[in-house]
Amino acid sequence: MGELRLMKGNEAVAEAAIRAGCDGYFGYPITPQSEIMEYLMSEKPYETTGMVVLQAESEVASINMLYGGAGTGKRVMTSSSSPGISLMQEGISYMAGAELPALLVNVVRGGPGLGTIQPSQADYFQSVKGGGHGDYKIIVLAPASVQEMADFAKLGFELAFKYRTPVMIQSDGAIGQMMEKVELFDPIPRRTEEELIAQCPWAATGKPKNRDHIIITSLDLDPAGQERVNLKLQAKYRQIEEKEVLFEEISCEDAEYVFVAFGLSARICQKSIDMARAQGIKVGLFRPITLYPFPTKQIAALAKKVKGMLVVEMNAGQMIEDVKLSAGCSVKIEHYGRFGGIIPAPDEVVRALEKQIIGG
Amino acid sequence: MEEPFVKTDIRKEENIVYKRTNLLVDRPLSYCPGCGHGVVHRMLMETLEEMGLQDKTIGVSPVGCSVLAYDFMNIDMLGAAHGRAPALATAIKRMWPNRFVFTYQGDGDLAAIGTAETIHACNRGENFVIIFINNGIYGMTGGQMAPTTLPNMRSSTSPYGRDVSIMGHPLKMTELVAQLPGTYYVTRQAVHTPSHVRKTKKALRKAFENQKNNTGISFVEVVSNCNSGWKMTPVQSNKWMEENMFPFYPLGDIKVDGKLVEQKEAVTKE
Ligand SMILES: Cc1ncc(C[n+]2csc(CCOP(=O)(O)OP(=O)(O)O)c2C)c(N)n1
Ligand code: SF4
Ligand SMILES: [Mg+2]
Repeated sequence: MGELRLMKGNEAVAEAAIRAGCDGYFGYPITPQSEIMEYLMSEKPYETTGMVVLQAESEVASINMLYGGAGTGKRVMTSSSSPGISLMQEGISYMAGAELPALLVNVVRGGPGLGTIQPSQADYFQSVKGGGHGDYKIIVLAPASVQEMADFAKLGFELAFKYRTPVMIQSDGAIGQMMEKVELFDPIPRRTEEELIAQCPWAATGKPKNRDHIIITSLDLDPAGQERVNLKLQAKYRQIEEKEVLFEEISCEDAEYVFVAFGLSARICQKSIDMARAQGIKVGLFRPITLYPFPTKQIAALAKKVKGMLVVEMNAGQMIEDVKLSAGCSVKIEHYGRFGGIIPAPDEVVRALEKQIIGG
Repeated sequence: MEEPFVKTDIRKEENIVYKRTNLLVDRPLSYCPGCGHGVVHRMLMETLEEMGLQDKTIGVSPVGCSVLAYDFMNIDMLGAAHGRAPALATAIKRMWPNRFVFTYQGDGDLAAIGTAETIHACNRGENFVIIFINNGIYGMTGGQMAPTTLPNMRSSTSPYGRDVSIMGHPLKMTELVAQLPGTYYVTRQAVHTPSHVRKTKKALRKAFENQKNNTGISFVEVVSNCNSGWKMTPVQSNKWMEENMFPFYPLGDIKVDGKLVEQKEAVTKE
């Protein structure tokens, strides 16, 4: 059993990054995720593992520092919350285009604009549908606990390097701030220069005599060349969709209805299930863990078995579009959402199920 | 038939007095004939070759006419987003402290969209070299006004000349970064005559020597022509540059070994 600690989600992802052999963190303060850099600065990993921690002048600088570090094969991460992530979109698009691995953490707060510092899930579209310009996707992991904040840091780096793509942990202000018991995995040593060069032959590390110079770029002015880049990216995304879908089903075996929810909403729905089942309503929960790749096939299969689905999100209805695309018209699908930083209570979710799905 | 320009029979080893450095890739440059970018590329690559740094250097190219610098420089390179080269270089150097890192940036890239990244990298005293090609214009996008465009100078977005009362003043980024404690060597050079080319090369050498000692930023501005953007012949553009750019952007060292050099009174034409 790994080391047990009581931690905030933000601290857990920071500690896990150090343990996952992260080479560099670059970030800019914003609530509700500032504890990530604060934790790293107080832990001083630069004195232990050699990990660089730098407070940048903006999120624009942070993401471009990430691009620089990632282009040299280093394991790099940043974190921010919604407005800061918006500022990073150009850089994320460049990294997707140049096929660079990196870990991004978005501890989502309510928007639009400066919005609120309270938890929200309103950045689903931005994370899952691309966010920046051009045809690209990034892998999006949605933790529902502090434990998953830690575990997904490690998983995120693995996927990022496996597919040479940015990976985002999309959390929210509640998962970031709440404290829970975490079992921490054992530290993985940072790669040596030799290991990095052997593992990342694509990285710009200094040109030796015996290989061509390496160019990290997302530019190809020739449209035929740029189409080839796009085709290559799309082939990679199909592979990710094939192999990397993660989801969880709770109490779905006998369910007549299901909640579909991710992250914090899924935690709330677990409580709603208990309440509804106490009233005799057979309801289960389907929780997408990867928001991209989306568990399309699994939702399609589930839609054939149940009488209705309630998509519960802390937004005005974003993931529901993907649920509907997956399920088609075979079953009734409704949305229940609270926005702007309001967290729905378990009983209001049960009432919504009764009103919108069972009674409706 | 016309005589070929180069007589092949004189291409013999013993006759070679000048050849391409191995650190430039053997392919035609994308620059307009007469443009200063190519000369700076060559001086930079010669410097790295002479210092034996090909395998230890990681360069960052900008967005601007030199966006394809990585195609010409035979070293490992990253192409940055517009203005962000100093952010890339910051991370690269911090994670590869034993590598030599430089950015190569135009005036729009460095002094407009990338102002924050430039100033903060300089102010943090990052240990890389910034090479700044100031041609007073956005060359790549077709000759629009840059932050460095001179008062009354015409560009496609200041077709009647830059009216400073409406369009603001040209920005002397180099003087500005020289004030910051994180810069160690700040100089302004040119490449339009052989003697200026030699001085630029010396400056580049000094900049990379400084990097060996982790002194902080070495910042080498090259005031250069953009004959296409300025709508002049290469010869006219060099003359215009001497008469108009140099008085506003005087050549020479601004900061050496961390100390500001006594400034000559700059003649500004406003
Ligand atoms: C975010 C963004 N904005 C605008 C552009 C368009 N753009 C490309 S190059 C350039 C100006 C380059 O000028 P400068 O840095 O002076 O380089 P030069 O071409 O003169 O060498 C601009 C505005 C871009 N590529 N990206
Ligand atoms: S447009 Fe200007 S800066 Fe660009 S290559 Fe031509 S002369 Fe040089
Ligand atoms: Mg320019």
